[in-house]
Amino acid sequence: MSERKEAQAPELDLPWKEVSPGGVVDKPGSSVAYITGTWRSMRPLRDHDQCTQCLICWIMCPDAAIPIEDGKVKGFDYAHCKGCGICVEQCPVNIKEPHCETGEMGKVIQMVPESGDEDNADDE
Amino acid sequence: MTSNRSRTFVLGEKKEMVESTYLALDGANAVSHAMRQINPDVVAAYPITPQTAVVQNFSQFVADGTVDTEFVPVESEHAAMSACIGASAAGARVMTATSANGLALMWEMLYIASGMRLPIVLTVVNRALSSPLNIHCDHSDSMGARDAGWLQLYAETGQEAYDNTIQALRIAEDSDLLLPVMSCQDGFITGHGVERVGILPDQTVQDFVGQYVANYSLLDVENPVTMGAWDFTDYYFEHKRQQSQAMNESMPIVEAVSAEYEKLSGRPQPIIDTFAMDDAEVAVIVLSSAAGTTRSVVRDLRNKGVKAGVVKPRLFRPFPAQRIVDAIKNCKAVAVLDRAISFGSPDGMGPLFLDVTSALYNAGACDVPVIDFIFGLGGRDMTPPMVESVYDQLMQIRDTGDRGDIVRYVGLRG
Amino acid sequence: MSRMYEIRWHGRAGQGVVTAGELLGEAAMAGGSHFQSFPEYGAERMGAPIKSYTRISDEPIEIHSPVLEPDMVIVVNPNLIGAVDLTEGLKEGGVLLMNTPQSPDTIRKRLDYQKGALWCVDASAIATEELRRDIPSTMMIGLVIKAMEDDSRALIDLETAVDTVEESLEGKLRPEVVEANARAVRRVYEECVKG
Repeated sequence: MSERKEAQAPELDLPWKEVSPGGVVDKPGSSVAYITGTWRSMRPLRDHDQCTQCLICWIMCPDAAIPIEDGKVKGFDYAHCKGCGICVEQCPVNIKEPHCETGEMGKVIQMVPESGDEDNADDE
Repeated sequence: MTSNRSRTFVLGEKKEMVESTYLALDGANAVSHAMRQINPDVVAAYPITPQTAVVQNFSQFVADGTVDTEFVPVESEHAAMSACIGASAAGARVMTATSANGLALMWEMLYIASGMRLPIVLTVVNRALSSPLNIHCDHSDSMGARDAGWLQLYAETGQEAYDNTIQALRIAEDSDLLLPVMSCQDGFITGHGVERVGILPDQTVQDFVGQYVANYSLLDVENPVTMGAWDFTDYYFEHKRQQSQAMNESMPIVEAVSAEYEKLSGRPQPIIDTFAMDDAEVAVIVLSSAAGTTRSVVRDLRNKGVKAGVVKPRLFRPFPAQRIVDAIKNCKAVAVLDRAISFGSPDGMGPLFLDVTSALYNAGACDVPVIDFIFGLGGRDMTPPMVESVYDQLMQIRDTGDRGDIVRYVGLRG
Repeated sequence: MSRMYEIRWHGRAGQGVVTAGELLGEAAMAGGSHFQSFPEYGAERMGAPIKSYTRISDEPIEIHSPVLEPDMVIVVNPNLIGAVDLTEGLKEGGVLLMNTPQSPDTIRKRLDYQKGALWCVDASAIATEELRRDIPSTMMIGLVIKAMEDDSRALIDLETAVDTVEESLEGKLRPEVVEANARAVRRVYEECVKG
């Protein structure tokens, strides 16, 4: 996770003589520097205590925005999560207690509207 | 990036002229021999008349094991160029061939090849575009692709088609250029016309083209890259400006490769071929095989005391504007012969005329009267009497000072 | 020779006329000349009348258009008389070569042809004897050489032409068939008549 965050951000204001010929991107992994979290209008929230760590959300996330460590889900990479909600759709676990964040019954992961006040740092 | 480019070529040691062996070859077969000697890594192609002979002969070389080329028999020209792009992005030396509607079907991919700066060489055997259906020569196919970001060479003879094909590869792969090149010749007229063609020794060609080392390869897992990526409003413009600059700066590369090849083969390789232009009052500018017919008429006219000349651009993209202006600026009347129409341009002018006249205007040489002749569409013969009629009309303009109709037709009924 | 020599061939599609023109050009090249050989492509089917052209010159050939005023016309198929204008554009003092069982007198009358020389040979008969098939195109090269020699325009010699024909057929045909083709070229050269 931390390694990815160090990827160099592309310079977005290069003059035409300095852009890469043919548009070749020769810095692998540099897409990490492209912040897509601002696209999100709905924010996924996880109840860590009731999560079974089945890792299905990690498999299904199309943006690799669910980091894991030691085989366990750490949370969300909100800098890149676009709020598509696939993790919510795919989460198989019906919780037994109300969700720690939303207070609602339902899945371990639940979507709430972005208020605009949240910070986009990783939820850890 | 310019800074981390590797030198692309290992140049051959031999700089002295090497004797050619002379074979009886049609222009298409001459090109397939050039391809055999180049021995590209990948050829992906689809057959279409009159290009068929190029690929048919070459596929025989593949079948016989004469070359190491991976030959990809694809399902269309769109697929052919797509496969060439993929192979070139993987770092391979890539060639293909097509004609007419096949070139039209490649359209989308032509721009992708040039935009990705992939040094693919496409040999075009020029043929009229449908409709009406016609298999014979004109330049509507490659002229339609003149803005696609490919360099374009036009050959007068099978010999030139052979020579241009070999040079095209070196030009395309130059590490300071990296743009695709079209090497064109006239369908049937030279494509299926058998002539004496000088072939360099295989090793000489191999030494000349050298080893191609791509700057990037999609198959290089140690140095992963992304090619053909999304380029938004923030970058597309800069990339296109840079691509245009590469084309603008390609002339010295074409000159250097031509000079080296000229020395090697002993055959002149001018950017524009001028004949009897020093004191010419009336001149014709024409591409490809019709230039030879025109030159033979000029020899006769000169014997009769007419100060006639002819200019044949071997290179059309990038357009050698200054050279053409210098060649014709002192003429009293000039005709451009176009084997294609740019439909909807003023009076239906041809593409060569549009570029010649814009070159004159931009050079401030606006007092040379230039007219355009559309000729030879769909393989209509361009005979010496037709060329003579062009010079007759030029002499009339010279004598009267009246430019008259700007766009004219030669060999057209009615 | 300072001037270019221009030849027009008449035949029917599928007879090997184009190949014969190319072989003639190759033979000229073997003798140090430049040449051009090209067919007039239409939408031919087998049997349709076709034309093909050969130019021979000491200098590189610049012109790239069909021959309009040939020095020589070669008619490979005798039944083209009446179907095609065989002597169209033929130069004054030019040469007409016919594959025909008929006499030169008869041919001259049938074509109303007076402006140049005429050579006739029954190449179809020779082909049928030597090759067991009426494929007379290639052997007409023997007649071309004879007529050129007679016209003091010997651009190609017989032995060079025979060698060229043999080389082109070797590897494609059995040795005895190659030999029969070479023999047929010589026989046409020997058996033709001027009139």
